[in-house]
Amino acid sequence: MLAFLQDFAPEGEQSFIDWEWLGDNFTEDVVPAFLQHIFLCFVSLAIAIVIAVPLGILAARYRWLYPPLTIVTGFFYTIPSFSMFTILLFIVGFSVGVTPAIISLVLYSLLVLIRNVVTGLDSVPPETKDAARGMGLTDRQILWRVELPLALPVIVAGMRIAIVTVIGIAVIGSYIGAGGLGDLIFDGITRDFPTLYVTGAVLATILAVGADLLFVGMERLLSPWSRRAGGAT
Amino acid sequence: MSEFMGVLQRPDFIENLIIHIEYVVLATLFGILIAIPVAVLVHRSDTASTVAINIGNVGRAVPSLAVLVLMFPLFGLGFDSALFALTLLAVPPILINAVVGLRQVSAQILDSAKGMGLSGRQVLTGIQLPIAAPIIFAGIRTSAVLVVASVTLATFIGGGGLGDYIVEGYQRNSSAIALAGAITVGILAIITELGFATLERTFTPKGLRIAQKRGRATK
Repeated sequence: MLAFLQDFAPEGEQSFIDWEWLGDNFTEDVVPAFLQHIFLCFVSLAIAIVIAVPLGILAARYRWLYPPLTIVTGFFYTIPSFSMFTILLFIVGFSVGVTPAIISLVLYSLLVLIRNVVTGLDSVPPETKDAARGMGLTDRQILWRVELPLALPVIVAGMRIAIVTVIGIAVIGSYIGAGGLGDLIFDGITRDFPTLYVTGAVLATILAVGADLLFVGMERLLSPWSRRAGGAT
Repeated sequence: MSEFMGVLQRPDFIENLIIHIEYVVLATLFGILIAIPVAVLVHRSDTASTVAINIGNVGRAVPSLAVLVLMFPLFGLGFDSALFALTLLAVPPILINAVVGLRQVSAQILDSAKGMGLSGRQVLTGIQLPIAAPIIFAGIRTSAVLVVASVTLATFIGGGGLGDYIVEGYQRNSSAIALAGAITVGILAIITELGFATLERTFTPKGLRIAQKRGRATK
């Protein structure tokens, strides 16, 4: 895709960023890679949320489910992403492209999301649930109107960790043909053209930090009652 | 399968496995040596702690491959350059957990320690660090596992390690070579995770363990 740019590759040592190149090729190469990266990450996060929230709710209700869920998703979370891609391609037999990348990204997000759904639901005080029941709400109503809204800040905190992890891992996904900002990095390395890989690395960093801040903001908005300094991990 | 075992027995495979482990040990160690003193310095001040935690959060957000690749124009190719990048990756999780861990020791405990006549240094080493130990170890574990995974990418800046085989496998379209690298790294990551989980339990002070069992939080 970038083959026609070969002519622009610098000869010998030059300044690291070739601004002219960047200006000429920004809309053609950089912007699509950036958008593809956002697409990959948010699609994966959305799929992971659809899987993790029901599982988390079940695990909060039926406690025996929680340890096995943690072990299985913890296993996925621990396997290094480059290994996971390789296993999906060479053992499971996926062909190179977007699908194995999205599958890995979803698998990575599950542990954090499920854990935070369970922690969030656990943090709802029993008195609050009792009060809701006393007001005549059914179990389903309590879940949707009381427990989930109160657990939401913790669930969003999980999404924040998940999206930041996923943005970082998606960079490596380019190696197996998923596209995104990793394309710029790997092309830059192959062609020994620093402008490309520095651009890719810097944009990936900006995207990850931006997503982190976005979710911190959401977390704050969703929990106006607990605005205090120094929440972490 | 026999081809797979063949790759595992290549002398350069053992060499790269050792390099891989060397990276993990050194980067995690340097990470600890940087993060814990900083945490000890900042934890008494609210502002400094918030700044440290925010820097840690931003640091954690930076993609591993981005950190490694950005070292390249600064320090060139090779082991040192990769080790520097990996150390940068190892610092944030330990820093965040150390600051949070030291700060969550309750004021009453600190008061009673002072009341017993302990000096500032004794309070730190005898009370705060042991109580914070499990949280700090959790941070070290996160870092170590992150480094095991990130070393795989050191191959892109000529740093060696097991990532070499994954890349070689892709280039030569050989599943035996790629999987030899990928599976070994996977096992290494799981061993690291489980090993540190055990250490974490060992380093939880006895009193704290009893308190945890009774469901009393440290707060």
